[in-house]
Amino acid sequence: MIDKKFKIANKNFKSRLIVGTGKYKSFNECAKAIKTSGADMVTVAVRRVNISDKNKARLMDYIDPKKITYLPNTAGCFTAEDAIRTLRLAREIGGWKLVKLEVLGDKRNLFPEMIETLRSTELLTKEGFKVMVYCNDDPLMAKRLENAGAVAIMPLAAPIGSGLGIQNKVNIRIIRRQTNLPLIIDAGIGQASDASIAMELGCDGVLINTAIAKAKNPIQMAEAMKLAVISGRKSFLSGRINPNLFGLASTTNKGII
Amino acid sequence: MNKKNKIKISVNGKQMQIIPELSMRNLITKLKMPVNKIAIELNKKIIDKKRISKIQLKKGDKVEIVHFIGGG
Repeated sequence: MIDKKFKIANKNFKSRLIVGTGKYKSFNECAKAIKTSGADMVTVAVRRVNISDKNKARLMDYIDPKKITYLPNTAGCFTAEDAIRTLRLAREIGGWKLVKLEVLGDKRNLFPEMIETLRSTELLTKEGFKVMVYCNDDPLMAKRLENAGAVAIMPLAAPIGSGLGIQNKVNIRIIRRQTNLPLIIDAGIGQASDASIAMELGCDGVLINTAIAKAKNPIQMAEAMKLAVISGRKSFLSGRINPNLFGLASTTNKGII
Repeated sequence: MNKKNKIKISVNGKQMQIIPELSMRNLITKLKMPVNKIAIELNKKIIDKKRISKIQLKKGDKVEIVHFIGGG
């Protein structure tokens, strides 16, 4: 079965795995993990440059934005105003319009502040941004984001960086049923099987940072995630069998001795 | 130049002394920042990088220079 293209805001991507660039030991390790993962889109954050250490290495020296799509995020923003300011700056660095909106509401659980997230989505869309939105797994809010102009719905599997895996499969399946927008699991993946499950639920992609960057072997985990996403997608497209409570023998009884 | 003639501005939250009417381009050059990899705010307003030669810094200006770092 030929898969449809993974398309976000009219742009095609080869990989359904999007990788975050935070928390690696070095830019070198980060670049290697990205290459191994096969990802052609990576999330990046906007921060002050270090003016006292002018020779400090920069992310853009290791990951070429001409080859890999940069997806600027709004990590650390708690209001619509903060998020908009951050993304305007990101756009100014080099014309980025495809962005990841993430407006948080609580420093401990890092859950998204959905009222501010919705307001930001509306404002950013009006400014011409293509907004991929980190959100909670609430189907009603997902619908509102879609109506506000989001180009991708990105519900969490579990709190950011928790590695707990998908906590509410039912909600993810309901969101899948109600939207034709790209649906991407963002946050909470812990291991390769979590990524496969996300894809088997019908998601279009998965965004992973901590589970790769903080694994004991990040490069190998990047490969595992790549394979898990491909595997999960193929499993979804192949159409699984109906689950049965009781056993159904694989071998016929015909001709039994 | 005599220290008295210098003016104070803030760059990324840090005080800096510069000569009066230093252009934004000269500040960026002085800090060795690659223009194509940064964005600049002056007093909370984003600066069009094509115009940085025309902007002269004044006493008390607040400059923010940002770039991309690793993030999720």
